Amino acid sequence: MKKLLLSAALAVTALSGGAALAADYPERPVMMMVSYGAGGATDFQARIVTMTAGNEDALGMPIAIINKPGAGGRVGWNWFATQADADGYTLGAYNVPHFIAQSIKGGVQYSTDSFEPIANWGADPAVFVVKADSEFQSMDDVIAFAKENPGKLTFSGAGLFVGHHIAALQIEKAAGVKMAYIPTKGGGAAAMKSVIAGEVLGGVNNLSDAFRAQEAGNVRILGVADLERSAFLPDVPTMKEQGLDVDNASVNFRGVMVPKGTPQEVIDKLAVTVPEMFKNGRVAKKMKAGGSPMHIMTRDEVIEMWAAREATLKELLAGL
Amino acid sequence: MEFIYYFGDVFSPLSFMLLLGGTIGGLILGATPGLSPTMAVALLIPFTFQLEAAQGLILLGAAYTSTVAGGAVSAILLKIPGAPANIATTLDGHTMAKKGQGAKALQLSFLASAVGGVFGVLLLIFLTPVLSDWALAFGPSHLFWLAILGVTVIGSLDSASVVKGLLSGCIGLWLATIGFDDIMGAQRFIFHPSLGGGINIIAALIGLFAIPQVLTMFAKGRQVDGAEVIEVQKHSVLAATRELIRWPRALTIGTLTGSIIGLIPGVGGQIAGLVAYDQSKKFSPEKDKFGTGHPEGVIAAESANNAMVGPSLVPLLTLSIPGSPTAAVLLGGLLIHGIFPGTDLFDNHPDVAWTFINSMLIGQVLMCIFGLYVAGLAARVAQVPQSVMAAVVLSLSVFGAYSVQSSMGDVYVMACLGLGMFFLERFGFSAAPLVLGLILGPIAEANFTQGSMIANATVGQASYFFSGPLNLFLIFVVIASIAYSVWMELRSRRTTTKEEALA
Repeated sequence: MKKLLLSAALAVTALSGGAALAADYPERPVMMMVSYGAGGATDFQARIVTMTAGNEDALGMPIAIINKPGAGGRVGWNWFATQADADGYTLGAYNVPHFIAQSIKGGVQYSTDSFEPIANWGADPAVFVVKADSEFQSMDDVIAFAKENPGKLTFSGAGLFVGHHIAALQIEKAAGVKMAYIPTKGGGAAAMKSVIAGEVLGGVNNLSDAFRAQEAGNVRILGVADLERSAFLPDVPTMKEQGLDVDNASVNFRGVMVPKGTPQEVIDKLAVTVPEMFKNGRVAKKMKAGGSPMHIMTRDEVIEMWAAREATLKELLAGL
Repeated sequence: MEFIYYFGDVFSPLSFMLLLGGTIGGLILGATPGLSPTMAVALLIPFTFQLEAAQGLILLGAAYTSTVAGGAVSAILLKIPGAPANIATTLDGHTMAKKGQGAKALQLSFLASAVGGVFGVLLLIFLTPVLSDWALAFGPSHLFWLAILGVTVIGSLDSASVVKGLLSGCIGLWLATIGFDDIMGAQRFIFHPSLGGGINIIAALIGLFAIPQVLTMFAKGRQVDGAEVIEVQKHSVLAATRELIRWPRALTIGTLTGSIIGLIPGVGGQIAGLVAYDQSKKFSPEKDKFGTGHPEGVIAAESANNAMVGPSLVPLLTLSIPGSPTAAVLLGGLLIHGIFPGTDLFDNHPDVAWTFINSMLIGQVLMCIFGLYVAGLAARVAQVPQSVMAAVVLSLSVFGAYSVQSSMGDVYVMACLGLGMFFLERFGFSAAPLVLGLILGPIAEANFTQGSMIANATVGQASYFFSGPLNLFLIFVVIASIAYSVWMELRSRRTTTKEEALA
């Protein structure tokens, strides 16, 4: 039945012609799949950046968020790559480096070739945190401890093959030390809890969550795994400034994509409209209030970023 | 006593309207199968975009409170637990409803919810600083032992035979391994794409509890021509209050267990009801009556799951760590207004913090009032002829399983588990231990993996898992719990053989 409908839809599309399709698109509300649960950072941000979609100067139709959580995002992206309709009415949120790292590691039905990026809305760098009363004052202290006690410096992060894990691998590689990365179940919040409770000596976490925890007086942020300092934390040096050769490969980029096979006219229209939608002043205000750093990138920039990430991650994960 | 100062804010016209709306809406959402409290709160977040921070949180707090209690309605009347919190409620609640005591069961459950809920929120108000230390005290090794403690409960929970209880618990533990392993990302038993994310707990609950009952009803409908009409007994609220006071033990155990367990991040909400049910069964002189429509069972389960609401927010409000999925959604609701939980919340936005907490306190009372009003009407559901009822429950089950994450895969999972459970029940297995295995499996596994990784890097497995007062205490409770089950099993065997010998 679905096939029949699909072929009927295709026939209609062919008759009406691509140009007409782009002019009319979207005619009905659009759905956006988020591969993490309701209330998570990705879900939260996706809801904010799409809240103005119904405006006349944006899509003119609202975007509804559908959550398909499970297995660190694999369930949602598998669904998006294999089952989602490529008609422009099904958008998806991506998290880089997560989905790229998972596709390199294998066992999933998607890769960067399965999706067409539309635009990027946010960039949440990974940071290194320690408990507020920790003896570590800088990354140097951490590395010095790790050198004296190889494999004994425990630090938490949200699972394997996510941004936190990539940052952890990069730090270890840059400093040439072995540390004990402890992946937690339950995302960044669980990893942060283990730092605050003193179960581990340190942790890699999202800048946005760490910023909140530091404001609350629970943790101290020692370094940012990005190319530049963050506007939220102007006093915290980057890893590079502290002598660790760590680039922005672990930065958690969030944005919008569509499945491969979506009509080119629709992709073009979305690629023009969506970044403008992200620039809306109300969106920026809400994102800033929530401590979520914005980083708007166009389709071409995202294509480039995906390719660069894939190359770095392939090299970094080769040994695992 | 700061909270009293902000009580007025709850009663400003708009706030109180929101509180009423949130409570009534929450009861309806909670009573809808498949809509867990987490999802109900997530659905309401967009509405708070347009509201002031304090008012938005009133809406969310009221909805959270009443969805947890509303889950009892479908658990008691339809045997569909709305969320893991309501599993224990079905055990005695639904049996009572089948006897025509639906009104009594619902009244007891709402009264017990209110008592537990108010106690939980009072704990949140007065003991938050102490409690936040306690919430952090549970590391991976402690959570592992806690999950093991839950496993020892499996054998004695709602089952005539300890062996059968343990067996169905094992099936649950096995089902819990399906899907991508959350820590390592390994694939286990994924034969179909819809199993990739593991078995969704809500879909499983609906399948395991509701479907066997639907099948039984269809089977019966053929044999008995006219539908058997159950006479729904009227039950006054006053009588229900008297009944509640008659069982102080269940109420105390439920409230205390719920508050303590609710505090533990990541575990609390799901098992509070079941543990409280099991504890009050163990301490009750009439333990044989549990499972046959005994009021104590309903009281313990419902007071526990609402007592958990207040304490479950302690880690969120003080440390900015969401301890439960619902707390994570509430965090989103705070962040959208630029408020960071933690010291910032209480120092710079006390009006928001205290109005939110007060609204939960008053929400508990309002929830109780509306719940009691609904109880009398809702209990008439039992008068619906069985064949019609079966069709209604079946369609609600499909709807509920689908709505969890808009996926047909969950509906298939629900149907398969339900069919399997129908046959298991014929052999005397019951669903509650199976579900407990399904819930505890991932908790035990993840914490063991994580704990042993930390242990290997630091002090070694043995001293990590077997030292420290909290570890030792939990191990002691585990041993005591096993010993108790064994002793009870032996004693009941001896008495039955004696009876058989006499006969």
